[in-house]
Amino acid sequence: MPRKLVVAGNGMVGHRTVQALRDRDQHGEWQVTVFAEEARTAYDRVALTSYVDGWDPAALALPGADFADDDAVSLHLGDPVVAIDRAARMVTAASGRRVRYDALVLATGSAPFVPPVPGHDLPGCFVYRTIDDLDAIRAATAGTGSGRRAALVVGGGLLGLEAAKALRDMGMSPHVVELAPRLMPLQVDDGGGALLARLIAELDVTVHTGVSTQVIEEDRGRLLAKLANGVELDVDLVVFAAGIRPRDQLATAAGLRTGPRGGIVVDEACRTDDPHVYAVGECACVDGVVYGLVAPGYAMAEVVADRLLGGDSVFTAADTSTKLKLLGVDVASFGDAHARTEGALEVVVNDAVAGSYKKLVVSDDAKTLLGGVFVGDATEYALLRSLVDLPGDPLTLIGPRGGGGGVGVAALPDDAQICSCNAVTKGTITAAIVTAECDDVPKLKGCTGAGTVCGSCVPMLRQLLGACGVAQSTALCEHFPQSRASLFEIVRVTGIRTFSELITAHGTGRGCDICKPAVASILASLGTGHVLDGERAGLQDTNDRFLANIQRNGTYSVVPRIPGGEITPAKLMVIAEVARDFDLYTKITGGQRIDLFGARLEQLPQIWARLVAAGFESGHAYGKALRTVKSCVGSTWCRYGVQDSVGLAIELELRYRGLRSPHKLKAAVSGCARECAEARGKDFGVIATERGWNLYVGGNGGTTPRHADLLVSEVDKETLLRTIDRFLMFYIRTADRLQRTSAWLESLEGGLDHLRAVVLDDSLGLCADLDRQMAAHVDAYTDEWADVLADPDKLARFTSFVNAPGLPDPTVEFRAERGQPVPVLLGTPAVMAR
Amino acid sequence: MTWFAVCPVAAVPPEQGVAALLPDGRQVAVFRTHDGTLHALSNVDPFSAAAVLARGIVGDLGGVAVVASPMHKQHFELATGRCVEHPDVAVAVYPVREHGDRIMVAP
Ligand code: SRM
Ligand SMILES: Cc1cc2nc3c(=O)[nH]c(=O)nc-3n(C[C@H](O)[C@H](O)[C@H](O)COP(=O)(O)OP(=O)(O)OC[C@H]3O[C@@H](n4cnc5c(N)ncnc54)[C@H](O)[C@@H]3O)c2cc1C
Ligand code: SF4
Ligand code: FES
Repeated sequence: MPRKLVVAGNGMVGHRTVQALRDRDQHGEWQVTVFAEEARTAYDRVALTSYVDGWDPAALALPGADFADDDAVSLHLGDPVVAIDRAARMVTAASGRRVRYDALVLATGSAPFVPPVPGHDLPGCFVYRTIDDLDAIRAATAGTGSGRRAALVVGGGLLGLEAAKALRDMGMSPHVVELAPRLMPLQVDDGGGALLARLIAELDVTVHTGVSTQVIEEDRGRLLAKLANGVELDVDLVVFAAGIRPRDQLATAAGLRTGPRGGIVVDEACRTDDPHVYAVGECACVDGVVYGLVAPGYAMAEVVADRLLGGDSVFTAADTSTKLKLLGVDVASFGDAHARTEGALEVVVNDAVAGSYKKLVVSDDAKTLLGGVFVGDATEYALLRSLVDLPGDPLTLIGPRGGGGGVGVAALPDDAQICSCNAVTKGTITAAIVTAECDDVPKLKGCTGAGTVCGSCVPMLRQLLGACGVAQSTALCEHFPQSRASLFEIVRVTGIRTFSELITAHGTGRGCDICKPAVASILASLGTGHVLDGERAGLQDTNDRFLANIQRNGTYSVVPRIPGGEITPAKLMVIAEVARDFDLYTKITGGQRIDLFGARLEQLPQIWARLVAAGFESGHAYGKALRTVKSCVGSTWCRYGVQDSVGLAIELELRYRGLRSPHKLKAAVSGCARECAEARGKDFGVIATERGWNLYVGGNGGTTPRHADLLVSEVDKETLLRTIDRFLMFYIRTADRLQRTSAWLESLEGGLDHLRAVVLDDSLGLCADLDRQMAAHVDAYTDEWADVLADPDKLARFTSFVNAPGLPDPTVEFRAERGQPVPVLLGTPAVMAR
Repeated sequence: MTWFAVCPVAAVPPEQGVAALLPDGRQVAVFRTHDGTLHALSNVDPFSAAAVLARGIVGDLGGVAVVASPMHKQHFELATGRCVEHPDVAVAVYPVREHGDRIMVAP
């Protein structure tokens, strides 16, 4: 008979407890019942603010949170525990369900603290802890008039700044009011706080420190917040983010002991006074401390899982280091950030011009690193927080040359914790690299769990890969030491227009099938002529060389452009006739157009002559270029549509057709939030709202699906086009070869915030250039196939045999399948390999 | 040795290839490297059995002239026909030369 475990609370830590137990419980010793107050399965609360990017709860889902395939776990969502009877070892839930337990784990987390400001309970006042809280805030912003709306955030700590970011991303102007004299008083010192306030103020967030909110009143349909210093703020809503209080009421009612400032008192085994009851996460108080971070909670979860199976692990004082990127500003602190250790010394480098503040706290003999604070630039944080013994003069670690002052990951001992969220050590990571052959960051994440929570350790993972000799070289290939991005700059700036010149001046050897197509693509992106002009023909992969897609038997497919998937019956008939006359296999593609397969080289010009005459043009199915802009039917027909998605899709497809890029580009436009065009799976996707267009970027289907991120919301068409223009051109300039926008965005230093800064705020001063480049592309566009048909030299290349121009390749044969021709397999290949 | 004329000299530009059909039905891929040297290989890619090698990209790996199969990108040395990735695999190579304004192959 398995014993019964009841878990109250299905937040991050409650979930981790169950997962850790299920991972270890080989013999099915425990049957688990989980009661969750929230009506959804456990999600990543740490990433709550990113919910605003797409309002997609699935994006926050924790893997395996529904325990769907696990009979040993039963999950009761939306059914909180309301009472514990310790004598009977029985819990009662709100639904009336009663469950007996052999062990009970309390993982009830904490509740937002709402200061007793008069008016705190008016409509329009919110807290910031759950997905439901964010949905409520969003609903409240929906109706409120036009013009920029304002919001007040009470609390300037980690949570308050997260809330301010969310509100700003929702298009509001946030004010942050903090009682302490600086922002993030728990993590950052005065110097760091002053810089942080300055950097945040530059981002349209108004900061009021050292002042309390005295009263909130209703005022002509809005709210009026009066601050203690006489300032009055007109706002549309108020979010309280003034701290948290452990949810220990259930425990108190059951007679369990709580700490002086709340929290269920537990020992190093995370056990309460009652040996059958444990508490973990933010509701627990260990050694007088209530931890408000997820990493200590996860450590407690592991301890309890181990104890339940007879183990003897203990919880020891946890890492409380924090790193955030708030509104694009790095803030990090670790260890004894406030120099409270006896005799501690502080070393500060404050660079007002660069906007960075760095402080290290060291022992009185300057040998031991005790803590640190970083604002504006936290490059050294990940390394330093794992370091204990100082390898040299502290100043060199954070001095202007920075970068850890030459201290690398090599300096860390094997037991140094690299990922504090998941407690992964350097030893574990190097073992994964060396023995499990994890040769990139995604594989390391999958194998060790490092980097999967807050992500701040990812740069360290990269360094460890490098230290283990995994080549992270950015060289394009053996012929060019430069990355694709630097080659792009070289070509752009020097005006070099041929591969031969480029490789002579900047490379070695004669080139290969990697650098030749890459350079051909760069030349094409810069609008320097037809892709088959002169020696360029020899640089192209076969698809680009013959402007068609090669198939397994050496024949090609033909894909005419059908912008937005909209086509007239007359044009459909032309396609049908061409397919019939050339006996081509015909298929509707996944991209809302039609693919004609089985064309031999010498047939391609004849087929295209017919198609071009009927008004078709190249669909670039062969090119690393814009493929399709998929569309839903939109407001013209659909009863839900709020904008003309077909019209916009066609306009976008015509604008960007022929644009060569590091990899293929796909796009889509949906007419409303139902998203029938799957725009969030595209490199750029547009979704109509009643007030304009939302633009999402960096989506991908295929091998590694990724939902696109919201770049701008509810903009008019002009802004939309300008933003897409810049996004695409910036990608084309800086991405690696064959790097889709999704991978590019993931690897972009500073991520989405940086991209926003570049294309919206022109932080790099590039926008005029990007705009000009796109305008040049749009103006210079001509149909590649029409150009070939008009050029006898180019046409002459479309033959199977140089000595028998009209003759088809005799090895190509077809048979019929479901009434259409398909290739007869060409015997057994001499060797099987791919 | 029987030489067949396959095409005019100008039909094979530097660092490109063309396919020619021989009287016995075999197909040769004729390539020219940047220094003017000609090479003739079987046109059939041994990995896919498709007659496509002439449509591959010509270049070098470590200084050795190669063509990359357009199907799955294996490289074949132009001088020897040997596959760089699978040294036990090779395609046939044929003597090739210029004669007047013609390119001749001896299969
Ligand atoms: C024809 C089509 C399948 C179909 O019958 O529906 C197709 C066919 C090919 N796809 Fe695709 N893909 C087709 C839609 C898609 C889609 C769906 C879509 O676009 O809505 C996807 C997933 C979406 C995405 O790309 O994010 C897709 C993901 C891929 C991938 C994986 C890309 C990735 O980032 O993981 C490849 C491989 C690559 O590009 O490296 C690929 C590569 C190919 C190639 C080019 C493989 C090749 O090199 O021979 C196929 C040749 C097409 C041909 O010969 O004409 N195809 N492919 C679709 C053409 C759409 C069009 O009208 O242009
Ligand atoms: C916006 C935001 C950003 C954050 N950023 C970071 C960060 O960058 N780094 C970091 O380390 N931490 C961060 N945190 C804190 C982190 O989310 C928490 O430390 C973590 O979620 C704690 O997990 P928990 O399981 O203890 O509590 P919770 O995740 O709060 O889960 C408790 C769950 O128990 C439920 N519950 C309560 N009472 C009952 C009951 N009686 N019966 C059943 N269920 C009940 C609650 O509804 C809740 O779902 C952030 C928090 C927020 C809100
Ligand atoms: S996305 Fe909206 S407008 Fe477009 S077809 Fe679907 S429901 Fe209709
Ligand atoms: S430190 Fe947070 S994910 Fe590694």
